[in-house]
Amino acid sequence: MPSATLLGQALISGVLAGGMYGLLALGLSLSWGLLRLVNLSHFALAFLAAYIVYDLGTNYHVAPWWSAMMVVPAMFLIGVAQHWLFDKFKVNELASLLITFSFAMIVEAGIQLHWTADYRRFETHYSTWSLRAGPFYIPVLELVLCIVAGILAWGTWLWLRKTYVGKALRASAEDADIAAAFGIDHKKLAYLLSGIGAAYAGVAGTFIALIATLAPAQIWAWLGVVFAVVIIGRLGNPLGALFAGMLIGASESLAMAVLSPAWAPVVSFSVLIVILLWDPDWL
Amino acid sequence: MTSANALPSALPRLAAVLGIAVFAILPTAGLPAFYDSFFYIVFFWISLSTSWALLSGFAGYFSLGHAAFFGVGMYTTATLTTQFQVPFLATVPAAAAVAALLGIGIGAVVFRLKRLRGELFALLTLAVTFVIATIILNTPIDGGAGVFMSAVPMPDIMPTQTGTIYVLGFVMCAATLAIAWKVAHSRLGMGLFAIHDDEDVAEAKGVPTFRYKMAAFALSAGIAGAVGGIHAMYVGFLTVGGTFELTVPLYVVLMSVLGGSRHWFGPTVGAAVITTLLYAFISGGEAMIGRAIVGLILIVAILWLPDGVVPAVQKWFRKRKASETEPAASIVPVVTAPARPVGERTILEVRGVTKRFGGLQALDGVDLDVREGEILGLVGPNGSGKTTLINVISGFYPLSSGTIAVDGAQIGHLPAHEVAGRGVARTYQIPRPFVNMTVLDNVALAATFGGPVRPAAEVRDEAVHWIAFTGLAGKEQALPAELNLHERKFLELARALAARPKLLLLDEVLSGLNPAEVDNAIRLVRAIRAQGATIVFVEHLMRAVVELSDRIAVLNEGKLFALGAPREVMRDPRVISIYLGKAYAA
Repeated sequence: MPSATLLGQALISGVLAGGMYGLLALGLSLSWGLLRLVNLSHFALAFLAAYIVYDLGTNYHVAPWWSAMMVVPAMFLIGVAQHWLFDKFKVNELASLLITFSFAMIVEAGIQLHWTADYRRFETHYSTWSLRAGPFYIPVLELVLCIVAGILAWGTWLWLRKTYVGKALRASAEDADIAAAFGIDHKKLAYLLSGIGAAYAGVAGTFIALIATLAPAQIWAWLGVVFAVVIIGRLGNPLGALFAGMLIGASESLAMAVLSPAWAPVVSFSVLIVILLWDPDWL
Repeated sequence: MTSANALPSALPRLAAVLGIAVFAILPTAGLPAFYDSFFYIVFFWISLSTSWALLSGFAGYFSLGHAAFFGVGMYTTATLTTQFQVPFLATVPAAAAVAALLGIGIGAVVFRLKRLRGELFALLTLAVTFVIATIILNTPIDGGAGVFMSAVPMPDIMPTQTGTIYVLGFVMCAATLAIAWKVAHSRLGMGLFAIHDDEDVAEAKGVPTFRYKMAAFALSAGIAGAVGGIHAMYVGFLTVGGTFELTVPLYVVLMSVLGGSRHWFGPTVGAAVITTLLYAFISGGEAMIGRAIVGLILIVAILWLPDGVVPAVQKWFRKRKASETEPAASIVPVVTAPARPVGERTILEVRGVTKRFGGLQALDGVDLDVREGEILGLVGPNGSGKTTLINVISGFYPLSSGTIAVDGAQIGHLPAHEVAGRGVARTYQIPRPFVNMTVLDNVALAATFGGPVRPAAEVRDEAVHWIAFTGLAGKEQALPAELNLHERKFLELARALAARPKLLLLDEVLSGLNPAEVDNAIRLVRAIRAQGATIVFVEHLMRAVVELSDRIAVLNEGKLFALGAPREVMRDPRVISIYLGKAYAA
């Protein structure tokens, strides 16, 4: 059994790593829960954003926050364009999954063509900064990621709960026809939501560039875990997605510390299977 | 059947025989080894995507976990050949068996939960894949280093290794297609197609949905396991990462959907097209551009052909044929038959039936007897429990307490399909036809699963008879979406009648019809009774209730409130008061 310090450190790293799951799950959860569209290309967009941030930073010395200013709106536009296609062809859930998978394949090919299949790493002088709290180390970038993810999740949650636009979106997700009868223009809102979801992929991509090593095939690496997070956090619930991400991150990290790193995937998916079968009330 | 019709039906058979012959002798033609492995890969994807379609296309249980069964098959063969020195060919059935057992195990849990349909089923199967992959990775089955199969001797079926692989892949593919064809043209397939469209209705029409889903899952997983067993020999070196890759289930889905996953031949078309495209582009040097082009083609195909290539072609053929013949749609007038006297035998016996939903008491100790040939009108204010009673009798809801007997046999605790098998048929207030099946198939399904076991031709005649009986002649090949409400209500009736029920439960067949259609429907209900059926019908339209019923039962707040001859019951001040309030009762 590892020491208490090691377990504590594993817990902290896990929660922080889970912030990334939560951030990626956020956009996915919104489009799936509120638009009934499963967007597999979400991961591809995040990596596209990451590569652009990496490229601008490494070759032109643009700071990542300036890159983000450009990448995030660009992703918003891609999200809107995608939705135009879904809307025009009245795409259902299953077809959206297949189309976005194909789209992700195209993006992956594009990335590999331009940046090759080599591993890429965005080196910054702050990438190794960490804070010290007692015996524990807290990596700064991951902490910033979690704070940003928290602000976005909380903001989105408030937006959906408190504003007219957010309530209209939730009403449309429950019953589009009835909502339309009450004068809700579901179509316009869907474009907005689609754009926001993709913009979140841009935010996630910026952090992926800073934290992770980039390779085209990595697009698929987080897909399973993030889907588990989306379900556990309940579709369309931004705060749920973030908490579920941190829960899964923490449990994976603890499993790595107690068992071995290779056992980590069992944890997240076992949690998902148990929750799907059990369907507890508190979710 | 005339000789003019015999030719087109013989054509596919001829094509199949020719295809099998050509592909069987191909390895002897002395082509370069490249072709052997190219065709093997095509066979591999055809088998895999067809096996996926057996459950996910036919029954609509969309799985993203096909890699689990395929991978378990691969590792079964790898383990048995390398660690236990079992001859390779003997491990293939074992691989199929292990994968099928895994499918049955998952199904036994998952298929009991109604919640886990649709995308949640897809994700659950995906999650199972990751769990199995991790277990294999961390146990001696793989151990993280991968498994080399190079020392395993290849059977000498053909002079070359690639030739042998080709033959194995071909046999597997032919067998898979034969199974898929057989399933699609059997009772099982018919039931699966119905489950795809509306599982609850399928169950109510007598389809043993749980058993059928398990059978489809076992078949689907078993074939995938066998394919994996052979593929282990082809790849020669197994890694967990390569075996349980996410692209396997996604490619399988894409191929099936592109070709048409509800058709037994659809996945073959999709797999052949996509594999050839990928191969052409990848061997052309620019692998990545190839993948991008494949992605683009898929997007275009899915947007323009959402049902797949094969169904689209079929539709086009049907349209061309239809415009040649142009059947005259005719409404057959309903024959009015003389009423038969009500018999003495009790067909339906309801005793102390109670149904609770949480704290809500929907039915509270209802007793009711319905005699043979009787028409019982079931009335009561909204929320009084009429439809709940129908749902309980037909087995859709389990009883909280009490007993129900049909013709002397206890049915209170049977699943819905067995209740249907004992001669109980029902209609739905809002028609729930199987939307992807023609009118004829809709009715034939009810005749197949509701009535006695008969040859398919007889079932068809029976279905045609009831379609004509309900005035839908000429619409046999129409899809339910092409019918108006009136016709869809009558399709509900035709489906119920085709099961030759002893007891027919009608839930508001008249609601939403105009006066002329109501008259037509009333005559039809009389004609049904004249055939010997006993009818319980829920209705709000008092004119129809009084005209049709031998007796009326009034439900109020889940209790039997009044029972008797129509005119007496409807004049009863207590009955008037529950409908209109006390002021009108005087």
